[in-house]
Amino acid sequence: MQDKQRVVKPHIAEEWVGKIYTLLCIFFLIVTIFSMVYFVASKGISTFFLPNVNLLDFLTGLKWAPEGSPPAFGALPFIVGSFTTSILAALIAAPLGICAAIFMTEIMPGVGRRYLQPVIELLAGIPSVVYGFIGLSVLVPFLRDVFPGQGIGIAAGAMVLSIMILPTITTIAADALAGLSHSLKEGSYALGATRWQTIYRIILPTTLPALLTGVVLGISRAFGEALAVQMVIGNAPHIPKSLFESTSTLTSVITLSMGNTVSGSPHNSALWSLALILMSMTFVFVFIVRWLERRSKV
Amino acid sequence: MTTKFEVNELQLHYGEFHALKQISLSIPERSVNALIGPSGCGKSTFLRTLNRMNDMISSVRVDGEIKLSGTNIYDTGMDVEELRKRVGMVFQQPNPFPKSIYENVAFGPRLHRKPGRKELDEIVEKSLRGASLWDEVKDDLHKSALGLSGGQQQRLCIARALAVNPEVLLMDESTSALDPISTLKIEELIQELKKDYTIVMVTHNMHQAARVSDYTTFFLNGEVIESSPTEKLFSTPVDHRTEQYITGRFG
Ligand SMILES: Nc1ncnc2c1ncn2[C@@H]1O[C@H](COP(=O)(O)OP(=O)(O)OP(=O)(O)O)[C@@H](O)[C@H]1O
Ligand SMILES: [Mg+2]
Repeated sequence: MQDKQRVVKPHIAEEWVGKIYTLLCIFFLIVTIFSMVYFVASKGISTFFLPNVNLLDFLTGLKWAPEGSPPAFGALPFIVGSFTTSILAALIAAPLGICAAIFMTEIMPGVGRRYLQPVIELLAGIPSVVYGFIGLSVLVPFLRDVFPGQGIGIAAGAMVLSIMILPTITTIAADALAGLSHSLKEGSYALGATRWQTIYRIILPTTLPALLTGVVLGISRAFGEALAVQMVIGNAPHIPKSLFESTSTLTSVITLSMGNTVSGSPHNSALWSLALILMSMTFVFVFIVRWLERRSKV
Repeated sequence: MTTKFEVNELQLHYGEFHALKQISLSIPERSVNALIGPSGCGKSTFLRTLNRMNDMISSVRVDGEIKLSGTNIYDTGMDVEELRKRVGMVFQQPNPFPKSIYENVAFGPRLHRKPGRKELDEIVEKSLRGASLWDEVKDDLHKSALGLSGGQQQRLCIARALAVNPEVLLMDESTSALDPISTLKIEELIQELKKDYTIVMVTHNMHQAARVSDYTTFFLNGEVIESSPTEKLFSTPVDHRTEQYITGRFG
């Protein structure tokens, strides 16, 4: 009896240390997340207690002049800017990324694994300032020469973002394609399907939810990217008339203005409200991804 | 009886590994042919040479010839998709596509041409009837195939193969994942199908081979040891290794 206890005791202690440690970590994480959400939300909501500002005007207003008299807080240009750049980026990157994934998994797995995958991973590791810099010094002049306009704007932003989200979309698509059961493909080939018939009719439809997951995660990443976009978008606070005209996004206006505002001022609160919109959109994206993932398990 | 497959000195290598050695065999039309032998002896490999499914493995090298109704399917001019349309295959695990029952059966015909709605409906019904599944699913054609039982899924895979109107049906242990009743159903189905199709099946179940097949071929270490009418092979095997295997003193 005594012997047994002596053997068991250190074991129990180990259990408790592990349990307490993980609980503490979780507790810490939850507290951090909740306090961040609370902080952003309370700061962001405080704007709407200011005189002459209400949520509807904020979301639909076209004029952004926070330091003007009277100040105007219309965030629609930024909301439009954020959505158009990130969705356009996804429209460019999704076909490229999915094609690259098909190439890597179905057409030439050897070459894909050995050369393409490292390159894609490299893309993911390049800091965003480098993307912005390349965009500004190569892409913007090119667009200026080819299209009417200043070169900066939504087109430039979307193109830079599309390269930045390419790794996300490609990697998730490649994982999904590689994870597809071999027996489904065999079933298709055994009926006399060609490789592309199998890709179009079996592989892509079956992995569609997972492919979309990658695209939504890409949009989400594009939506939140600030630095690279800010460098090529021009940062004019209005809705542009073309894709090659200066405009802003939620992120770019925050990074540009936050240093110039005093905490608690209406301008500062308005920036927090923009951050709150960003954060809410992130929740929406996470929700969509969750939903898609549940569908892809069926 | 006409010969469907004429296999002459077939050799298959997986890289350095010599998996099939000098196989010569003839498979008569409209008969059930069982391939038996211990695990790893090359039954599946041989079966997959008949519809060139081994082509997808890059290390595979095939020598010798297999004639299907007189033409060598390993000729350079051979249309592999056309071959697979003529030589259908059912796998060990049921592998219905994650689509509706109807779409599963319609998949094959749609690959090869563009049948009209009405024609397609007819093909689907005929194939499901051919696989004795019609009565069970006729009201659920547009429900997911993944909701069917394992035995029903396997019969759906048979229907799917029948829908492209093949001449031959290859079955690789197609009942081994199923319960006894589903197995029996498929065995009965095979008896029915041999009136129109040539069937080559791999089985580990000696009783099954004895029950359903007309001819049995015994494989060992990549070689054909003995191939004869089933009754003869099981009652008076010529080679002592065949006898050892079928009496269970082997492998
Ligand atoms: N893709 C492959 N690459 C290399 N070797 C292989 C491959 N597939 C099969 N083999 C080898 O070829 C031999 C024959 O395999 P095969 O699958 O044809 O056997 P089998 O008779 O069907 O066995 P079982 O009854 O277990 O299904 C085995 O030794 C196996 O290890
Ligand atoms: Mg096998």
